[in-house]
Amino acid sequence: MDFISILSIFVMACFVGYYVVWSVTPALHTPLMAVTNAISSVIVVGALIASAASGLGEAAGISKWLGLGAVVLASINIFGGFAVTARMLAMYKKKEKK
Amino acid sequence: MVLSLLSAAAGAAHAAVPSWAMLAYLVSGVLFILALRGLSSPATSRAGNRYGMLGMTIAVGTTLVTHEVASLPEIIGALAIGGGIGFIIARRIAMTDMPQLVAAFHSLVGLAAVLVGWAAYLNPEAFGIADVVAQAVPHASNIIALGSNSSDPAAMTKVFEESLRMAQLKAEAPAPAIMLQSCIELGLGIAIGAITFSGSVIAFLKLAGKMGGAPILLPGRHVINLGTLLAILGLVAYFTQDQSLWVIGLITVLSFAIGFLLIIPIGGADMPVVVSMLNSYSGWAAAAMGFTLHNTAMIITGALVGSSGAILSYIMCKAMNRGFLAVIAGGFGAAPEAGGSGAPKEQRPWKRGSAEDAAFLLKEAENVIIIPGYGMAVSQAQHALREMGDVLKKEGVSVKYAIHPVAGRMPGHMNVLLAEANVPYDDVFELEDINAEFGQCDVAFIIGANDVVNPAAKSDKSSPIYGMPVFDVDKAKTVMFIKRSMGGVGYSGVDNDVFYMDQTMMLLADAKKMVEDIVKSLQH
Repeated sequence: MDFISILSIFVMACFVGYYVVWSVTPALHTPLMAVTNAISSVIVVGALIASAASGLGEAAGISKWLGLGAVVLASINIFGGFAVTARMLAMYKKKEKK
Repeated sequence: MVLSLLSAAAGAAHAAVPSWAMLAYLVSGVLFILALRGLSSPATSRAGNRYGMLGMTIAVGTTLVTHEVASLPEIIGALAIGGGIGFIIARRIAMTDMPQLVAAFHSLVGLAAVLVGWAAYLNPEAFGIADVVAQAVPHASNIIALGSNSSDPAAMTKVFEESLRMAQLKAEAPAPAIMLQSCIELGLGIAIGAITFSGSVIAFLKLAGKMGGAPILLPGRHVINLGTLLAILGLVAYFTQDQSLWVIGLITVLSFAIGFLLIIPIGGADMPVVVSMLNSYSGWAAAAMGFTLHNTAMIITGALVGSSGAILSYIMCKAMNRGFLAVIAGGFGAAPEAGGSGAPKEQRPWKRGSAEDAAFLLKEAENVIIIPGYGMAVSQAQHALREMGDVLKKEGVSVKYAIHPVAGRMPGHMNVLLAEANVPYDDVFELEDINAEFGQCDVAFIIGANDVVNPAAKSDKSSPIYGMPVFDVDKAKTVMFIKRSMGGVGYSGVDNDVFYMDQTMMLLADAKKMVEDIVKSLQH
């Protein structure tokens, strides 16, 4: 993909984000932050690439360990973020039944 | 010209990613959009969260399948350790601690971005950002330059030795050259990630009460901050020319420093803005890494999170009638404004009520509006409050909850606490939806809030909170104000005229204890 295509995706996504986020009800702003937190950990993709690499040499070795460290951090966020969001949203659920 | 050259190079480097994988990343990006879309109403929100999980699974799965994984157990181990920690934290955390949890999570995204950036710097080939041409050129030109200077055998041997040394260096090369464009993306990604990390750590410490909430003001901090930011940008530009370790190291260190410097002067009640802002930064960090990796899932997500955080910051600033830059500049509430409330403080009369008095008036009322604030979170009074609401409803009283956008320490903080206590969300109203009802309201019940009901925001131009939208509690027939003591004033340090109104009853006690006492009296 060339730079312009990537930039186009980025700019379009900013606009989508803008409209989607304005439609979020203020009552759910805390879950919104928790879930955006979880999805921004998609950075785990970069961490996985680093840890998957079988590079030769010292630098590549360090790179791998940095990657693994980042995998740990990002997955704390992924699992923690989605789980805590689910927990919060479940609290909004109980009232619907009443 | 330059752009097309860059893109040609980029295209070549990324040819390795199969197109189905690109599609898969796109799908996961779309699922993340749907995850946020789901939050437009509580009913669809849980489905949204599941879309998010699915999107993440696809992104992780695709990455693992399309890259030759040298050792899978290590990666699975890392995922399991992180996942386990995350899961336990998510299970155990108290809802009142949500702001600091979110801040802590932001710091992890930031640090992960820094680590990924460093990993990419150390092993650019794995990330497909190595500039194969540039890598070869300097070495070759070095050797040629040496050779062309003289023709005697000694020099020739030197050339030979030099090329041997080069070959050796290459074998253990710390970092083959990185493409120009990737240098910028990488530099920015690391910088934003580092700012997010150190900023969030400070925000976490302040929110968790492990560090004083008061702003810490350094002399000349604006100059220091601006200088550091410019230095970082300059270094990122320089990084394209010189990819030495010290450049990227200095970028990282300075960015850690600026994140720290930016957040320490910001006081506790401005934290909703800070937390949203850091939320935004963590998105931009992910987006910058997405540019480096040409990964659509990361770019879409980064853009979503970035705009989400920015919009939340904007909403918070507007709800305080303060400019974003003014909040970021910090120092709010550090020193009482000279103008304050004008006249020197005289002792004004106020009425103190007991739980029994409050219970009596509440029972007689027809309409009660409850205004929760950070104090409710601190004393964990939400469950007792809901019980009080239930008892009152049984008595035929209409009970509504009014929530100011900046109540609490993060956007939507009060809503989550009320939801935790099983308050029906149909009973919870936003500022603009309920403010007109105070005229018909018998009791405005303020629990742990202060600045958001201060009429000075409407009338006193010299007040630091002037212009902030507030609840018109002064129009209510009776105002009940739960407060720990008369001594403390709100975060803004401004005295509140509501305390001294004829119809105001001050209920001085811990919020939870007072509400429980009121419930007891109501049940008699």
